[in-house]
Amino acid sequence: MTESFSTNIQEPVLIIEPGRTEKNYWADLWRYRELFLILAWRDISVRYKQTIIGILWAIIRPFLTMVVFTAIFGRIAKLPSDGNAPYALMVFAAMLPWSLFSNALSESSNSLISNANLIGKVYFPRLIIPAATLVTAFIDFLISFIILIGMMIYYQFAPGWHMLLLPCFIILALLASLGPGLWITALNVKYRDFRYIIPFVVQFGLYVSPVGFSSKIVPEQWRLLYSLNPVVGVIDGFRWCILGGNSPIYMPGFLLSLAIIALFLYLGVTHFRKMEKFFADLI
Amino acid sequence: MSDIVIQAETLGKMYTIGHQAENGRYVALRDVLMQNARTLWSKTKDLATGKPIIQGDTMEEMWALKEVSFEIRRGEAVGIIGRNGAGKSTLLKILSRITEPSTGRVTIKGRVASLLEVGTGFHPELSGRENIYLNGTILGMTRVEIKHKFDEIVAFAEVDKYLDTPVKRYSSGMYVRLAFAVAAHLEPEILVVDEVLAVGDAAFQKKCLSKMGDVAMGGKTVLFVSHNMGAIRSLCGNAMWLDNGYMLKAGRTNEIISEYEESVTGLFTESPCVAVRDPAYIKGSGLHFSHAEVLDSEEVHADRFIYGQVLVLNVSLGGQMMGGVFSGEFYIYNELGILVSVGASGPYHGEYFSSKVRRLRIEIGPLTITSGRYRISLSLMAGHERVDTWENAIAFTVTECQPFLMSWEIPSYREGVCILKQSFHAID
Repeated sequence: MTESFSTNIQEPVLIIEPGRTEKNYWADLWRYRELFLILAWRDISVRYKQTIIGILWAIIRPFLTMVVFTAIFGRIAKLPSDGNAPYALMVFAAMLPWSLFSNALSESSNSLISNANLIGKVYFPRLIIPAATLVTAFIDFLISFIILIGMMIYYQFAPGWHMLLLPCFIILALLASLGPGLWITALNVKYRDFRYIIPFVVQFGLYVSPVGFSSKIVPEQWRLLYSLNPVVGVIDGFRWCILGGNSPIYMPGFLLSLAIIALFLYLGVTHFRKMEKFFADLI
Repeated sequence: MSDIVIQAETLGKMYTIGHQAENGRYVALRDVLMQNARTLWSKTKDLATGKPIIQGDTMEEMWALKEVSFEIRRGEAVGIIGRNGAGKSTLLKILSRITEPSTGRVTIKGRVASLLEVGTGFHPELSGRENIYLNGTILGMTRVEIKHKFDEIVAFAEVDKYLDTPVKRYSSGMYVRLAFAVAAHLEPEILVVDEVLAVGDAAFQKKCLSKMGDVAMGGKTVLFVSHNMGAIRSLCGNAMWLDNGYMLKAGRTNEIISEYEESVTGLFTESPCVAVRDPAYIKGSGLHFSHAEVLDSEEVHADRFIYGQVLVLNVSLGGQMMGGVFSGEFYIYNELGILVSVGASGPYHGEYFSSKVRRLRIEIGPLTITSGRYRISLSLMAGHERVDTWENAIAFTVTECQPFLMSWEIPSYREGVCILKQSFHAID
């Protein structure tokens, strides 16, 4: 007689159907957290493996841009700084979130295409791929943060209690890039032209965002409109944290930037999830 | 019955593919510009109205899988067979949630691990050790699990000396061994495996097969796609035969395989020495085989050989490959579906062809095999990727097998697959 053993252990039952939305998508995302970490770790270690000066790249790029901007906007154009903060410090306080934002944006928007081999062969919540690239951008950010500390010592500029709120703005910068990043990376799977948009947006954004100058030089009546650029809110927040009372936040503008970030994030996530099921067929 | 772990009901998968309409030939730059402008306009219109953009002018619906229903019980090992483009891989992709079906529904009980490729996500810059963790996590293992099995994996792959070398420095054999070793240590309730055993050397293939056998014996449910009928026979009790997206038959492996083999051998009885590829089985516009012929050493069409003769296989290629080089491979199977011999220009001879090469001449032999009918399958490899496979491209028969002066006819595979060089001497 054959023994039929009943399974008392609750087995996960999975139903696959067209158009079925995952009920436990977010729980699944948590279940795959190790994959998230290992993909992030892979990106970081591969990035620094075949470079001579390795992590120095993360320092040189923002530093040189800061020097040039300080020379052009501060010395030649003689634009005012925030309060009595040194101009170079004010530029660098914006350079940090800007490179965090732009790195995160460009990496996340190319992420699906560069991981095409994974998408066609294994299942996991696809959101992990663009999200993991944020970690790389964050590590670069931490490295260039060292320069900021160096500069603060050089200018003997002590940070205030505002500095403690900086992590909130770091998260804000990452969220600001994740929204559009998700959208573009999903579109990139289908229409490869979208990858040409990002370098342009990044270059363009560097000049329309208040990186080389203070957002306070924007005329009062335009400031709210200017804050439609979500990076304005992020940069103002960073300057407020780092420069303290020298750079007060313009509240209506900041709230507007915040709303725009939330909107982009919502659109990005919903669009991504709608497209997600077709990635393997298109890639 | 409650012990059904996979239940598929009228599964279907449709792809929309575009075709370029025949516009005749462009004669002037003006025509070319006009044509491009028109396409651009229609695409912009589609994008604006939210219609999906498909390359090409006409769209066609193609069903890669249609109305496939089946049930698989706990602990069953099921082989899936069928020609290229029959929908085998699509079925596995649906079961492993990589792509969504267009119709129908599947209910799966238990954790599924799918192995559609060896070494998914391997990064050339990372070391063997790092890649074990990376690949293991991608396949669904936890870090603790990998740590626990790490030594086993390394021992299975036989790469312990090179653990800290980047895998780009590995030989292709080592690479495949490591990749398979990770996959072999997965412990899911349901294992879905695509043609992954067609890699590595014979000894390693055997090791993989026996490992797969252990998995199947251990009460795990296994779904296994392969063109290696021998492997399916030895691993799977039941088989499903897919053709053109439909499930043709399902049942005991032996019955299904012999019916399948009869049907494929029937394919090339019309013109035995020349085979033209059925365009329906060519995937995409990449480099592919289009034509094959068998000749004897005098370059005359022949499909009947006797023991010791040399066979010449001329193949023509179509389609395009963007740069790079490729390697050509052949697989010879006997009537039982057992792989008799493999040839591979790259791995065996260091012979890689430029993407512009359009014809290959393959000399096989002397044929030291027993008499019987043999089928040749062809493959193109670019790097680690199999760009094209032409199953059962052409066949030939060895009519006489009399390798030794004294012997009479050696009758087909019943006395072995091949005859090795031999001599007998008495020792005082």
